[in-house]
Amino acid sequence: MSNDKLIIAGKSYNSRLLVGTGKYKDFTETRAALDASGAEIVTVAIRRTNLGQNANEPNLLDAVPMSKFTYLPNTAGCYTADDAVRTLRLARELLDGHSLVKLEVLGDPQSLYPNVIETIAAAKTLVAEGFQVMVYTSDDPIVAKQLEDIGCVAVMPLASLIGSGMGILNPWNLQLIMDRVQVPVIVDAGVGTASDAAIAMELGCAGVLMNTAIAGAQNPVLMASAMKKATEAGREAFLAGRMPKKLYSASPSSPTAGIIGSVRS
Amino acid sequence: MITVSINGEPRQFPLAINIAALIEEMGLTGKRIALERNGEIAPRSSFATQQLADGDRLEIVVAVGGG
Repeated sequence: MSNDKLIIAGKSYNSRLLVGTGKYKDFTETRAALDASGAEIVTVAIRRTNLGQNANEPNLLDAVPMSKFTYLPNTAGCYTADDAVRTLRLARELLDGHSLVKLEVLGDPQSLYPNVIETIAAAKTLVAEGFQVMVYTSDDPIVAKQLEDIGCVAVMPLASLIGSGMGILNPWNLQLIMDRVQVPVIVDAGVGTASDAAIAMELGCAGVLMNTAIAGAQNPVLMASAMKKATEAGREAFLAGRMPKKLYSASPSSPTAGIIGSVRS
Repeated sequence: MITVSINGEPRQFPLAINIAALIEEMGLTGKRIALERNGEIAPRSSFATQQLADGDRLEIVVAVGGG
């Protein structure tokens, strides 16, 4: 499997599991979970610095060094294209010109469902400014195709609502997206447990992105390890090509010849 | 005195302060930050040459954990 790489914007990655860095107890747990997950790409948020903060306050960049992980700054919490674009311009300045970003423009604070109109507007601006945009979107195949046409380097439909852990509610729409889109399709949001990640990968998704499923588990580090295995297992099952589903087997797994005879005449 | 909004909070500074001096005053020198001035990115290389003006709105950000 070592030659099966995830390729995003021309760069190849060994891990198809992308993880967030939020909601952990502390940075030690964050790092332990990231290491257990095997993830190479990790999402980070961009926030106002705490004015008057303690100079010795622990820093995400120390716990999760950019030399070991590919940062994917996001626009979580943005509800307009303008705010999302400004946030990512700040991220690019903050991360020394780093252009790989996760665009998400939300519709409302209850559902955190994507506002695709604002998302499309932001994607156009960001692509024109040279960003490599991985875009969080709904599972609408037409919108997904438009985002690819705009120039996004990965399309990331939700499986269910952010942080819900409800799993993959509409595998058919994910399939419709994969039928139309050439760039990597990565399930982003909604994964609750390892089988959800495996199902996403078995469907043929290029990867899965999650945060709460790991950070919200009773044992986040153990769940990170489970997610790594599930992502790999699902990918291998997809590549292996599953057997067709049949109502009746009529095809025993053991030989039909050579069965011992009856002792009754 | 000039009044500058920093991350939504009004702060007062003597005239003629530049961004580098402001960063130092706030104890952020050497920290990995990014700064936006009135909606435009202020590159780190320009901190020493950009003079703040009354009414400027600054956003100073860092990377934090997020999904």
